[in-house]
Amino acid sequence: MNSRTIIEIDHLTKIYGMGDAQVCALCDVSLQISENEFVAVMGPSGSGKSTLMNILGCLDRPTTGRYVLAGEDVSNLNKAQLAAIRNQRIGFIFQSFNLLAQTTALDNVLLPLLYRRDEHLTDAEQKQKALKVLQAVGLGDRVDHKSQELSGGQVQRVAIARALVNDPVLILADEPTGNLDSHSGEEIMALLTELHTQGSTIVMVTHDEKIAAYAQRIIHFVDGRIETDHQNGKFARHPSTVEGGNYAPE
Amino acid sequence: MHLNRVISIAWKGLVKNKFRSLLTMLGVIIGVAAVIIMISVSKGTETTIAERISSLGTNLIFVQPNFSRGDFRGGPGGPGSPGSSGGLVFDDAAAIAQQVEGVAGTAVEQNTEQTVKTALATLTDVELLGTTPDFPTVRDMSLASGRYFTTEEMNQKVKVAVLGSSLATELFGDTPPVGQAISVGNTKLAVIGVFNKKGVVGNTDFDARMYLPIKVVFQKFTPSFFARMAGDRVRLIYVKLDPQASMTDTILQIQLLLARRHNVTLDQPDFTVTTQQDLITTQESTTAAFRSLLAWVAAVSLLVGGIGIMNIMMVSVTERTREIGIRQSVGASPNDIRLQFLTEALLLSLVGGLIGVFVGVGGSYIFSKLGGMRTVVLPGSVLLAFSSAAAVGIFFGYYPANQAAQLDPIEALRHE
Repeated sequence: MNSRTIIEIDHLTKIYGMGDAQVCALCDVSLQISENEFVAVMGPSGSGKSTLMNILGCLDRPTTGRYVLAGEDVSNLNKAQLAAIRNQRIGFIFQSFNLLAQTTALDNVLLPLLYRRDEHLTDAEQKQKALKVLQAVGLGDRVDHKSQELSGGQVQRVAIARALVNDPVLILADEPTGNLDSHSGEEIMALLTELHTQGSTIVMVTHDEKIAAYAQRIIHFVDGRIETDHQNGKFARHPSTVEGGNYAPE
Repeated sequence: MHLNRVISIAWKGLVKNKFRSLLTMLGVIIGVAAVIIMISVSKGTETTIAERISSLGTNLIFVQPNFSRGDFRGGPGGPGSPGSSGGLVFDDAAAIAQQVEGVAGTAVEQNTEQTVKTALATLTDVELLGTTPDFPTVRDMSLASGRYFTTEEMNQKVKVAVLGSSLATELFGDTPPVGQAISVGNTKLAVIGVFNKKGVVGNTDFDARMYLPIKVVFQKFTPSFFARMAGDRVRLIYVKLDPQASMTDTILQIQLLLARRHNVTLDQPDFTVTTQQDLITTQESTTAAFRSLLAWVAAVSLLVGGIGIMNIMMVSVTERTREIGIRQSVGASPNDIRLQFLTEALLLSLVGGLIGVFVGVGGSYIFSKLGGMRTVVLPGSVLLAFSSAAAVGIFFGYYPANQAAQLDPIEALRHE
């Protein structure tokens, strides 16, 4: 199939602190992820997976090394340029949802469109686009509900709609089911799997084997380095045939 | 992002915290209202004073005797008393009228306070004003009944009196005063006229005085023998100008004439010539000082309002760190965040300013209704107050907005 490279990181290092207190959160990591891959990043706390996510998400910059996102070198962009990349290229899904409080589902999904600089849609066009993705995640009848009026699973689906609304080249999910009950977690994973089937590139951080099992490729981090990087054998089966019982919340 | 979007996001941010927004605006509201009320009260006072000055009569020059400090204190009877250096005498007024060009008329005043008796009432400390027949013309006063005294009556010291309107009522009640008699000490005066109401001008109640020929005052009511020896002193000469005459020329002529008559130099005169313009200038400099004081008060209250906005915006940035992180993660640039918080601060101060304008205009109205104070709301003051509020919002909003813009997205997202 299509083998366009979405993520290409080359000898990436991230060092925190100064002098003797220096900590190498990522040490000389090189990695390639192609279009339409579904990758799970695993590892214990402090293994560097969060740092990797922050850099992949253009929330942070590497100390040394190169990061090329969909053909564009983003290693040395300034804050405003990084903001534009996050806006147009990346969709975030967080463990704690991170929706605006007291704001409707629709307004939350509209948010990335408000900060879009490269294309100017009218209010009506923006609304139409937001409604379309809300329908796609199954919340067509909840658009005017505020975040606190929705269940956890619904909130996360609003967050997914928000991540999708600018047609990103990369979806980053950070423990997307971590705050959900098992049933909602399955629903969210089914949704991510469906997005993958439709062609999205997804990188997901988790430390739950059962969640990682949904992914096509699993990368293990230890002490800021890649320990293992392998295709998920189980993935040969269609995810919908994975037994629901083998998923449990943490 | 479009400006209307920015404004609508900022507006929603404020509406979510209505009570806090209102409290934040309070400083600006009070500041703006204070500016408007204070300017309207000072403008009202200014207008009232200006009207009083113009009701003194137009084209008037005032000549008064000069007293050096020591003499003024030393003189037992105050102005015009014996022993004072400097002094104007009755003949000075006549000389001005005859020898200075462009003079339409002169009037002199010498006053005394006496106990006055009629069949109906006895009043103590009534002001008796000795003047000349020109007085009604010079001071723009008209008679309600009877007539004013003539030059002949003055020169012959005929004992007649003209009454102010309120004094006439106190002394005679409903009886027509003209033709009645009044006792002042041993002297009996015949009432020949009553003035129309004139009111209080400056600090003088024109309606509570009695007006007599000045020579009667010199003869009958001058306090001491020494005073009579010193000459017929007057405390004030009014000079009314012809409308075409030049004010400065006439003043110079009066000064030269009086200097010659009093045998003094113009460097050290024993008299002072002032005009209404001088009064107006004095009044203007007083109100200018008053206004600059008000400007400081207003500036301080707006400053306090601004610090209030800054304080709350800082709190707001801290409280909404998570929200800032979310906005950053979906692509808000530092400029977007800065603009949002700056707009919130600006909106706070503008809405506060608008409420302040209403409170200020309403407050001015209430002041004039309940306080009996005259107020004039100047459109300029409204504009000034409103634009200062906006400037305060931008100035004090910038620092917190910049803090928000500089937040690190990762830490902002982690913030609880």
